[in-house]
Amino acid sequence: MADTTRKFKNALLSSDPDAADAISEEYLASKTALDFAEEVVVKALDEIGDGWQKGEYALSQVYMSGRICEDLIDKVLPDESGLRKGKPKIALALLNDYHALGKRIVYAVLRAGGFQLIDYGRVEAEDLVTRVIEDKVEILLISVLMLSSALQVKEIVSNLKNAGHKVNIVVGGAPFRLDRKLWQEVGADAVGYTAADALHIVHSLEGGNRND
Amino acid sequence: MTKSKMTSMQRVLTTLDHQEPDRVPFFLLLTMHGAKELGMGLKEYFSKAENVIEGQERLQNKYGHDCYLGFFFAPIEIQAWGGEVVFYDNGPVNSGEPFIKNIKQINTLEPPVISDSPVLQEVLKTIRFLHEKAAGEVPVLGVALSPFSVPVMQLGFEAYLELIYNEPELFDRLMAVNEHFCIEWANAQLAAGATAICYFDPVSSPTIIPRELYLKTGFQVASRAIAKIKGPIATHMASGRALPIIDDLAKTGTGAVGVSADEDLGILKQACCDKISVIGNLNGLEMIHWSREEAARTVKNAIDAAAAGGGFILSDNHGEIPYQVPDEVLLAISDAVRAYGYYPQRLAGE
Repeated sequence: MADTTRKFKNALLSSDPDAADAISEEYLASKTALDFAEEVVVKALDEIGDGWQKGEYALSQVYMSGRICEDLIDKVLPDESGLRKGKPKIALALLNDYHALGKRIVYAVLRAGGFQLIDYGRVEAEDLVTRVIEDKVEILLISVLMLSSALQVKEIVSNLKNAGHKVNIVVGGAPFRLDRKLWQEVGADAVGYTAADALHIVHSLEGGNRND
Repeated sequence: MTKSKMTSMQRVLTTLDHQEPDRVPFFLLLTMHGAKELGMGLKEYFSKAENVIEGQERLQNKYGHDCYLGFFFAPIEIQAWGGEVVFYDNGPVNSGEPFIKNIKQINTLEPPVISDSPVLQEVLKTIRFLHEKAAGEVPVLGVALSPFSVPVMQLGFEAYLELIYNEPELFDRLMAVNEHFCIEWANAQLAAGATAICYFDPVSSPTIIPRELYLKTGFQVASRAIAKIKGPIATHMASGRALPIIDDLAKTGTGAVGVSADEDLGILKQACCDKISVIGNLNGLEMIHWSREEAARTVKNAIDAAAAGGGFILSDNHGEIPYQVPDEVLLAISDAVRAYGYYPQRLAGE
């Protein structure tokens, strides 16, 4: 890992936005904002997400890192910069319950990765299907906390299919992490165990591996 | 030599004393399966103590596990605080929209009065009946959410993490109010006949916050609260990891720790040594798909890894078995404990 990325990662793990800001300013003196997003931010978040999966870091560090990066990227890579255009239409939803932390982390990491996305917030299954069709969403990320919500993904997949809407469904959340076969059982196209996984999956789908 | 048969209470107390009982005690922490037994929806089931008492009696008769659980659902405390809960047909009751919508509300927050809360009174009634039914032979478990973990439901996870990191004064004030309630609630359950209190504290897990932060926050809260709870405590990490903080947990005064399926049970047992007992760590979500053979193999592996010398209660990793776990799997677990769980156990590696 390059020295800048390592320093940036340490600033994130210490929850130090000022240090992260200073590193970004120094980097941007000689490189572009997109380089910063891809070479520094995404790599640092990737390492932190991977470390959480291995039990090296805590979820609070993943969350605070995502929040710091979200603010930083909104500053250096604003929506109106034009650099986010040309990406697939992505939406993110929390199914049923009020525990939005996982979704928030994924939102921050995807934004930091240069993606623009629709955040549906907390939704019920039926409403989600309607909105995905209306918005012509191509990649749908669904976050759940409860097993009962995870099982509802099956119904969402089936209803979208019956409506003839082609969309890639990526799932994540505790039930999928604890039961590694569950994502297939509910008919999702992919599962992410960390926010960085979600970013890699979206990159892969953007690269042409989408359902059509 | 086979040991003489013990009651569940003797079995559990012996293992908690880091001695070998007659067989490995096991807790099937079933909150929702009682509703299935009674042919009721979950909302109706949890509406009165009589249903939960009947459910717990039937489950204990059916599976022969070593406890009664006087616990309804985690957000019942949120109901007592005036928050909303959401019932589902096939899953645990969840907390609704957080009732602290602005962190400034913490300044005037007052804890609920237990005697004024109808839902908490139903729990106490359940514990009283189960205690009477158990006649000292089966432990009755009560549950209190840790003052440090309950804010996830009071404020929402994001707002709570921001509070921990950025608002130390409001955090301290919230802990003071929550500690007051937690101590009162735990002691009320003990007074009603609970044998021990399960202190659910997943936010203290290194899965959620780094150890350095835990030592300044959740550790301090647990140490203060546990010191004032007048009975034995088992801290449950509710699927979160515990290994990096085992020694710290022992210093909070807890007697046991409920551990995650993400960690190696044998290593955990070694780390706990004779300081605290281990409760766990069957993966509740995987249980849904287990065959009888998988159930037997997994139970045997857990017993092989952690049972020698006592200090071990076989249970799930989360502190609540999912509604979808079939009765056949629970019976297979129960049979496997009886097949492989009798002492003396050989030490791992022998």
